[in-house]
Amino acid sequence: MITVFTDLFRQSVAGLRLLLVMTVLLGVGYPTAVWAAGQAFGDRADGSPVRVDGQVVGSRLIGQQFEGDEWFLSRPSANDYDTLASAPSNLGPLSTDLIASIGERRAEVAAREGVDGSAVPPDAVTASGSGLDPHISPAYAALQAPRVAAANGLSLDEVERLVEEHTDGRGLGFLGEPGVNVLELNLAVRRSVEGGD
Amino acid sequence: MTDTLGGLLTIALLVAPLAATYVPLGDYMARVYTSTTHLRVERAVYRLSGVDPDAEQGARSYATGVVGFSLVSIVVLMAIQFGQAALPMDRGLPGVPFWMSFNTAVSFVTNTNWQSYAGESTLGFTAQMAGLAVQNFLSAAVGIAVAVALIRGFVRSRSGALGNFWVDLTRGTIRILLPLSFVAALLLVAGGVVQSFADSTMTTLAGHPQVLTGGPVAGQEAIKELGNNGGGFFNANSAHPFENPTAITNLLEIFLLLVLPVALTRTLGTMLGNRRQGLAILSVMGLLWSVSLAITTWAEVGAHSPAAQAAGAAMEGKETRFGEWASALFAVATTGTSTGAVNASHDSLTATGGGTVLVNMMLGEIVPGGVGAGIYGILVMAILAVFVAGLMVGRTPEILGKKISARQMTYVALYTLATPALVLVGTGIAIARDSSADAMGNAGGHGFSEVLYAFTSAANNNGSAFGGLTVTSDFFQITLALAMLAGRLLPIVLVLLLAGSLAEQGKVPVTAGTLPTHKPLFVGMLVGVILIMTGLTYFPALALGPIAEALT
Repeated sequence: MITVFTDLFRQSVAGLRLLLVMTVLLGVGYPTAVWAAGQAFGDRADGSPVRVDGQVVGSRLIGQQFEGDEWFLSRPSANDYDTLASAPSNLGPLSTDLIASIGERRAEVAAREGVDGSAVPPDAVTASGSGLDPHISPAYAALQAPRVAAANGLSLDEVERLVEEHTDGRGLGFLGEPGVNVLELNLAVRRSVEGGD
Repeated sequence: MTDTLGGLLTIALLVAPLAATYVPLGDYMARVYTSTTHLRVERAVYRLSGVDPDAEQGARSYATGVVGFSLVSIVVLMAIQFGQAALPMDRGLPGVPFWMSFNTAVSFVTNTNWQSYAGESTLGFTAQMAGLAVQNFLSAAVGIAVAVALIRGFVRSRSGALGNFWVDLTRGTIRILLPLSFVAALLLVAGGVVQSFADSTMTTLAGHPQVLTGGPVAGQEAIKELGNNGGGFFNANSAHPFENPTAITNLLEIFLLLVLPVALTRTLGTMLGNRRQGLAILSVMGLLWSVSLAITTWAEVGAHSPAAQAAGAAMEGKETRFGEWASALFAVATTGTSTGAVNASHDSLTATGGGTVLVNMMLGEIVPGGVGAGIYGILVMAILAVFVAGLMVGRTPEILGKKISARQMTYVALYTLATPALVLVGTGIAIARDSSADAMGNAGGHGFSEVLYAFTSAANNNGSAFGGLTVTSDFFQITLALAMLAGRLLPIVLVLLLAGSLAEQGKVPVTAGTLPTHKPLFVGMLVGVILIMTGLTYFPALALGPIAEALT
C-alpha cells in the first residue's frame, strides 16, 4: 500500500511539472499563435464589426433588439439580446409556458403586421439557441416588409429588394438554411431613407 | 434547394471527408504511438518534467500516472479559477466560487466539460486559455493514451508492460491534437469565429448598449470539438454566433468532433495488425449512429411535439442559420462522441429527439464515443459480446488471441456497472430531494428528464445538458462533480487493469472453433449486446421521462 502512495506522489510531481510545461505551450503559445495568424482574416478575428461613419454599431454575427415600426424586428430572445448572458429558453417540448408564449407571440405578430395568425412563420414565435440569433427567416422578413416600407416612406419594391440583398443563402448552396441579417437589413433601410431625403 | 435535399447533402459532405481521412489519419496515429523516436520538443518536455521516456509502465503504474495527473490537474485548475482576479485579462471578474470551480475543474479534467458556469459572465481570458483550454488538450490526450494502452494489452504477449503514460500523453498532444487544432482554429477564424483579447462596448443601431464579447474563442473552439470536450467559451456554446457563425463552420465543427473517434478505429486495426477488426468496430458505431440520426432528424424535422406543432416547426432553441437538419445532426454527433457541445437547446428538442440523444450517452459513449474513450468502451463491450457468445456454445471465450477468463470478466462487469450505477443512484438521490423540483426548468416528466440527463451526461463524461435544470446549488455542483470524476477514473483504472491482464497472457492460436470478431455475424452480435445492456439498465428510467413525454 505504501508503495502505491509513494508511486502516486512521485508521478503526481512529474504530472505537475508536465502540466506547467504544457500550460506554457498550450495555454499561452497556442492561443497567441492562433491570434497572430488569425490577423490575416482582418475583422473576422475581431467579431465582424459593422460600422456606420467609422463608429461600430454592432457585429454582423450578433443579433440586436429592435422596437418600432420603422425596423425589421429580430426573433424573440430568451435573454433580450444580452451578449453577457447568451442562452436559450430551455423550455421543453410539452411546456405549457412555451405553448402559451408561442400563442401570444403569434397574436402579437399577426396584429402588428396585419395578417392572419396562420401566416406567422415559426422563427417569429420561437426563441433561438443563443438568444443572439442575427437572422430571421426570409418568410418573416417578407411578412414585415410592408410595415417597414410604410413606416419609412419607402416603396415595398425597394424594401423587398433590400431584403433580397441582405439574405444570407445556404452555406455552399445547401448547408443550413437561408436567413436575413436583421442588423444589416435595418442599416440598409436607414441608408435608403437618408439617401432619399 | 429543399430542406430535405440540403440535409442529405450535408450528411454526405460530412461523411466524405471522414472517409477520406480515415486511412491516413488512423495510420498516422498508429505510428505516433508505436514510434520509438522522440521529437526534440518532446525530449524537452520530458526533461523539464523529470520523466524517463524510455521506461515502460505496467498497468498499476500507468493507472497511477493517470490518476495522479488528473488529481494534480484538478487542483491546479481550481486554483486558476479561484484566483483568476490576480491573473492578466481577468475582465474585472471575481474568483469563481469554490464549488463551482471544483465542478468546472473536474468537468474539464475528466473530458466532460459540463457547464455549471457561464463563460462570458464567469471567466477571464487567462482562466479560459491557460486553465480550461489546456485541459481540453490534455484530457483528450489521456483518453487516447488509455485506449492505446488497452490495444497494447491485446498486441503484447507475456509482458506486463503497457507503454509509458507520459510519452503517450505528450505525443498525443504534440503530434496529433496541437497541429490539427491549429489548422482547425484558423479555418474557424476564416469563418468568423472570434480570436481577440478584449471585449468592447458600443451602442446598437436602435440605441441600446451592447457588449461585443471578445476572447481567444477560435483556438478553444477547435480543440473543444477535436478533443471531444465540449465546454463552451460562451454559455450558449456552439449555438453562439461567435463560436459557430455559419452553416459552414457548423459542418466543420461536426467533422472535427467525429474525425478522431472515427479514425481511431483504423488506428486500432492497424496496431492490431487486423484492419478488418477496425472496420468491424466502425460498422457497429456507424450502424447505431445512423439509426440515432434517422430518429432524431425525423422527430425534429417532422416537429413531433406539442410545442413544435404550436410554432409550426421545432425551432425553439434553434438558430435560423442551422435549421432543424443541421441542429439534429450536431445533436446526434455531439452526444454520440461524448463531446457535449450544443448548437441548439437540447432541453427544447422534441421528446423523441431529446430522448434519442439521451440514449446516445446511455449507450456508454461508443457511437463512436469520445477520443480514446470510445475505443476502450467498445472493446469492453466486445469482450462482453464474446463472453455471451462463449456461453451460448459452451466454449472458453477468446478475442483477438486472448482468453477471457474470470479475471477479465470481473473487470468488464465492474466497468459495465460503474457508470450506470452513478447515473441511476445519482438521479435517484436528486429526485428524492424536495429542493430538486425548484431546480427543474420544466414541470412533470420533462423535469425528471432534465435530472436524468444531467447525471447521464456527467457520469458518461459527455457534458451536454438539458439546460433548464439549475445546477449551481452546492448539491448539484458536488454530486455531478463526483459523478464525473468516478465516471472517468473508475472505468479507466478497470480498463488498464484489464489491459495489463491481457498483456500478461500468451497468444491463443486461432482455430476452427474461434468466433471471428471481424465479420458481420459479430457486428450484429455486438450491436445486440450493446442494445440489450443499455435497455435492461435504463428502460425504467427512460419510461418515466422521455418515453412518457413522447407518448403524451
